Amino acid sequence: MNELVKIEDSISLREAEEFLWLEADTLDRADYGAWLKMWVEGGYYVIPLKPDESDFKNTLNIAYDDAHMREMRVERLQGGFAISATPAARTIRFLSRLVLQEAGKGFLKVRSAMHLTEDKFGRQRTFVANVEHYLVRQDGELFIRDKVIRLINADGVLTSISYLF
Amino acid sequence: MNVAVNNSGRDYAELVSKDRVKTSIYSDPALFEIEIEKIFNRTWVWVGHVSEVPDKGCFKTSWVGTQPVIISRDRKGEIHVLVNRCRHRAATVCEHSQGKTSSFQCPYHGWGYALDGSLRGVPYSEGYEENFDKSQFGLKRLEASVYAGMIFASFNPDVEPLEDFLGNARLWIDLFMKQGGGFPVKVSGEHQFSFPGNWKIQLENTTDAYHFPVVHKPFLQSLDSETEDLFSFLDGDGFVEDLGNGHSVMVMMPELIDLDDDKGWEIPKRFAELAEALRGKYSEDQVRRIVKAVGGVGFNLNLFPNAACSLSFFRILRPVSANQTDIRHIALGMDGGPEEANQMRLRLHEHFQGPMGFGSPDDAEVWERVQRGTAGGPDLDIMVNRGDGLEKDGPNGLPQGNVSAETGMRAAYTMWKRMMSQ
Repeated sequence: MNELVKIEDSISLREAEEFLWLEADTLDRADYGAWLKMWVEGGYYVIPLKPDESDFKNTLNIAYDDAHMREMRVERLQGGFAISATPAARTIRFLSRLVLQEAGKGFLKVRSAMHLTEDKFGRQRTFVANVEHYLVRQDGELFIRDKVIRLINADGVLTSISYLF
Repeated sequence: MNVAVNNSGRDYAELVSKDRVKTSIYSDPALFEIEIEKIFNRTWVWVGHVSEVPDKGCFKTSWVGTQPVIISRDRKGEIHVLVNRCRHRAATVCEHSQGKTSSFQCPYHGWGYALDGSLRGVPYSEGYEENFDKSQFGLKRLEASVYAGMIFASFNPDVEPLEDFLGNARLWIDLFMKQGGGFPVKVSGEHQFSFPGNWKIQLENTTDAYHFPVVHKPFLQSLDSETEDLFSFLDGDGFVEDLGNGHSVMVMMPELIDLDDDKGWEIPKRFAELAEALRGKYSEDQVRRIVKAVGGVGFNLNLFPNAACSLSFFRILRPVSANQTDIRHIALGMDGGPEEANQMRLRLHEHFQGPMGFGSPDDAEVWERVQRGTAGGPDLDIMVNRGDGLEKDGPNGLPQGNVSAETGMRAAYTMWKRMMSQ
């Protein structure tokens, strides 16, 4: 019994990797409804502007979304009125080089490297980032609590982005 | 003959008529070079804000047209704008976007420059003739002038005083800065993004209310109903006014022209929680002033050729090539103001602006679509005739049109024509 609880509680890196790939695939398919369901409430989806920023609340970000903003962002991308997302760029992304940051009872913090290519108007653009996931287990399932996307060029000159990282 | 003809015999004035412009002004690379020479290298160009160089020794890199510059504050507190290029063999002397230093040193042969750009040290100077005059080899210095905290620079030593150039726009700049809510306005971060299109497409956009309900429908849909009403200004009493010298103001929310005018203003629901948080620390008058300032002003002020004071932020364009423009969306805060109010301002900025905002990507998309569209029908014109013939005389004797009139674009193109004809 004790052993079962232990297995239930901890999250292995391999399990996290599968979850991150599932999330990446969900985002590449722009299945944002399913993506929203991968979150627990209370956490933030953040794309900071400075490479080592940790005080997101008191600094300007590219995105700083609580659950409500995430929902609105998905509505915007799927509503058919946002011209930049109609049609949106197609994306294919890789997540790799997972590094365990912290693990404990029912949670795991992991950093990975993301490489994404978008295609629109016959033109391809690339985004590269370190992505930090704070994963939690609830009722046996994995969820995202926080996600921080640190684009390598976040404080440089970007181009408009019509999908989610 | 009253037409402008340059050395190559080209008539630039004919590209712009009262109600339309030629399509080639968005796409002609040769014309772009002339614009840089005759406009960006001649007039006052917005380069930064004093809060980006707050102390002695602070610097910030920026651009004037296509040229890289450094804004630096010397030991006396004076602001200088210097071309970022060593006078020896041209290497840039600074590749940090912002910071603090006592000097600028060229990485190639070690020439050292003071904060005011003067050449101080040349390594192994015995390799030069005795009459080598260091005073002739300082970093190239531009004219620099500050109005209401905004730093402008010009390559033209004979440029008119900045105050004269800004002219009627000064009043609106003063009104814009009231969003400090009793505190100095400071830069609190910036988004930068690029779009594959001509700089004038962006210049026009800041004075284009007509696009708002179309392009920004998803932004409007993300607002509460009270705020959506505020942003549904096409049916309101707003106006666009030509301010002269290419500048214009587009008033979208007339009730938010003067933020110090508290009469009849009620704290909107979206700011109720903020007001409540401030009440323990500030008087009710101060709370109202700060909260009203958080939402920004109700107008966009377009400053020819590259800046806009837009609602609650600075929008700065940089022409890169005929078909590429880089844009800075600079967030503003209250220097020394309440943390809650500054956080709210950051969140409002993130909501609309930047490469992933609820507004900017849609703007960038339609600007790119304009550029793409110019490949078709080169014989057709770009129409800027909305409101033409329906304008009245504004307070300065210059045209004033309805909020969605293209009065501001005509103002900018009148200046464009004037400068390109010189």
